[in-house]
Amino acid sequence: MKKVYSRPKSLKPAHFHYCPGCGHSIVNRLIAEVIDEMNLGDKIICVAPAGCGMLIYNYFDVDCLESAHGRGAAVATGIKRVRPDNLVVSYQGDGDLAAIGTAESFHAANRGENITIIFVNNGVYGMTGGQMAPTTILDQVTTTTPVGRISEKAGHPVRMCEVLAVLDGTSYLERVAVHKPAAIVATKKALVKAFQHQMNKTGFSMVEILSPCPTNWKMDPLQACKWVEDVMSKQFPIGLVKEVQC
Amino acid sequence: MVTQATKGYIEIDQERCKGCSFCIEYCPKKAIFLTDKLNLKGYFVATYKEGNGCTGCAICAIVCPEVAIEVYRGGTA
Repeated sequence: MKKVYSRPKSLKPAHFHYCPGCGHSIVNRLIAEVIDEMNLGDKIICVAPAGCGMLIYNYFDVDCLESAHGRGAAVATGIKRVRPDNLVVSYQGDGDLAAIGTAESFHAANRGENITIIFVNNGVYGMTGGQMAPTTILDQVTTTTPVGRISEKAGHPVRMCEVLAVLDGTSYLERVAVHKPAAIVATKKALVKAFQHQMNKTGFSMVEILSPCPTNWKMDPLQACKWVEDVMSKQFPIGLVKEVQC
Repeated sequence: MVTQATKGYIEIDQERCKGCSFCIEYCPKKAIFLTDKLNLKGYFVATYKEGNGCTGCAICAIVCPEVAIEVYRGGTA
């Protein structure tokens, strides 16, 4: 018998701190697999966010830098400008990228910074206990919207890929998900493509990943995956949003 | 006739498992089960049962969030 699947080499042996069924852990593994397959171990620099993904430097066996809350795109810009030959990847959540860091993300995209952002969208502030985020969908119950998000009071969910698609600086924007095997395989392909866009210096690339958050959605892991499929992906359509040919 | 059990098998690191049951849901041969055994973290863990015709397709490993599954496939195919 031959071993056909085992732990990626660029993933340290540490146990993940994520909740059972969390999409972050799948995304972390996919990034490590892509690093291994594209042989990027000594070239990539990751920027960690504030939020559930903040401990990625404990998991990736590559260089990582922690950023202040929401400032991932700004920190990545700085790294890329002084080390243009390195691959700079900012890993961010929806509270980080779409709320606190809107200005940094938007203007980094507008400047066409040659960086990649991996945007894990689970529709809530996960680490702080499941408060409403800009990406919370209408009628979704969170700890700060106990009767569901109402548009008159709290506005509408932000589709970040579509927002950034109108900017000339962006080169690759795709929305994927990690709620079923086929979607996970597609997510890995999207990550490879985003990294290739950065290597070809075509501009700003971002992969938005719809990710289940069973703990804060008050569901079991399988229900959360079903909710991504039935409800969340209606609000955030999965697919390619923008790609500039290089 | 080739016995199904020879095609492949998996190993689950039960100390990493958090009992999310994704592997159980997506296993096409239904060869993985949730046990009533707790690991050190306090989760009920998944276990692999031989003889259910595992083909080593690795779907369980693709969906496993904890990277707890290693997949082996036979060299005859």
